Amino acid sequence: MNYVPHTEEDRAEMLKAIGVKSIDDLFIDISPALRPKSFDIPEGKSEFEVCRYIKKLASKNATDLISFLGAGFYDHYIPAAVDALASRSEFYTAYTPYQPESSQGWLQSIYEYQTAICELLGLDVSNASLYDGGTALYEAAMMAIRLTGRKKIIVDQGVNLIYRTMLYTYTSNLSIEFVETPVVHGQSSREAILKHLDGNTAAVILQNPNFFGAIDDYTDIASKVHEVGALAIQSVYPISMGILKTPGEMGFDIATGEGQSLGLPLSFGGPYLGFIAAKKELVRQMPGRIVGATVDKDGKRGYVLTLQTREQHIRREKATSNICSNEALCALRAVIYLSLIGKTGLKEMAELIYSKTEFAKSVLEKIPGVTVKRSSPTFNEFTICLPKNADDVAHKMVEKGFAAGFPLGRFYKGMENYLLVAVTEKRTREEILKLGDSLEAVLCD
Amino acid sequence: MHIPDDLLYTKEHEWVRIKDKTATLGITDYAQGSLGDITFVELPKVNGAVAQFKQYATVESVKAASDVYASVSGKVLKINEELSAHPELINQSPYDKGYFAVIEVSDESDVSRLVSSADYKKYVEGLH
Repeated sequence: MNYVPHTEEDRAEMLKAIGVKSIDDLFIDISPALRPKSFDIPEGKSEFEVCRYIKKLASKNATDLISFLGAGFYDHYIPAAVDALASRSEFYTAYTPYQPESSQGWLQSIYEYQTAICELLGLDVSNASLYDGGTALYEAAMMAIRLTGRKKIIVDQGVNLIYRTMLYTYTSNLSIEFVETPVVHGQSSREAILKHLDGNTAAVILQNPNFFGAIDDYTDIASKVHEVGALAIQSVYPISMGILKTPGEMGFDIATGEGQSLGLPLSFGGPYLGFIAAKKELVRQMPGRIVGATVDKDGKRGYVLTLQTREQHIRREKATSNICSNEALCALRAVIYLSLIGKTGLKEMAELIYSKTEFAKSVLEKIPGVTVKRSSPTFNEFTICLPKNADDVAHKMVEKGFAAGFPLGRFYKGMENYLLVAVTEKRTREEILKLGDSLEAVLCD
Repeated sequence: MHIPDDLLYTKEHEWVRIKDKTATLGITDYAQGSLGDITFVELPKVNGAVAQFKQYATVESVKAASDVYASVSGKVLKINEELSAHPELINQSPYDKGYFAVIEVSDESDVSRLVSSADYKKYVEGLH
């Protein structure tokens, strides 16, 4: 059956009207190498055949490895209630909540998500969510550019390279000057940041814990940043907020991060969750949707999309952002997760992760030839130096049943022998001990 | 609709009161009426430069955001700080308490490109 309703005559008429000879001419701007060779797709398959094929493909994924791999995405336990509640059809099949009168449940869930994010980061206002940690960081940088009217941004190299790459890609057609400052002994270089910080600086971007796992109190940097009228932006790992000083407590203006750890499964390409929160006075520069609480004509509480004059459908090309959607279902999972864990639970889990990480350090540093980098305190992730190439070692560890960590040479030149090891609450004492034994065996080979 | 005689206007519905080398800027009664309840106004930075007929401020009503253009070029001497807490002053008193900013006029010839109250009145009447 042909699903295309246009006849050859229709097409010829349309092509003539726009002044091209053939449909292929419409794709002339795309390099021939990137165009499909043929649209001759195979015959349809039955449901059973499709399932069998997809399962076979899925079985190529190593899903049973014991994971010590992090680098921005972490293997946390997801309580069954998260799936059960988030997959309710009222949420799962709902369309975007443009009509508050028929979307109160959704709007309330987003409002509560925003409240949870503000509490977590110690800041005043959150939006309804963004795509992922990288886009959230980009949006924060653009808020600073708009607010200050300045063009220079200082980025610490402890910020995840994925986020930095996204930041540079998104802004590649804007005249923004990015200055990267080095990480020295695992921590951001105050000296380098202060050297570049001046009246042309729109923002300084830091990450806590940084990519190497080091935790820091950036309060001093934030106050220097404010002295020159710039904004302090921090990307954080949300679970660490259970015990670490929040961006708000450090005096930061904007905080962002990847929300995958808040009840979202690890999956290549997402969908993940970007969160962003800021001081109240910056709210009009926030990107995307914001849900607000109000009262109806009878004085009853209700929820609406608010401050929409920032957004594309009203402000058109002058909107604060191109984002006009949000990751509602992922944000819902995050708020369910945080509600289940609770304030005390989050602190307990963070303490547990911290202790397990310290235990893992003590196990791994007993292996001959392995050095644990201890120049900075860490939270859930730390760097070890191996006597061999870390990429090779990580591959051999897969055969032993482990995703042993992230080989830092992939992101940082000269760190080919360094492995970034992450620990979550899911890792047992036995698994950590077995990681040590297996690593020792691989290194002895 | 109120269109004071002693002011000059633009066809974008801004008014300006010129006194020696300073100009006080705002939006007209017609503008505030068309926008409806104003909820927020974004003003330029003091000491910043504005250029004639270029955007220097933004007003937001419940369902729209509109650019406001400077009637003359010059340096911003003062902005109406009251508007941040009370944007409704623009609706209540567009020509007085709802002014936007005071500009030091850099080029007096800018005035020749503005519209008289009589011409602005005719223009507004022609819009209906």
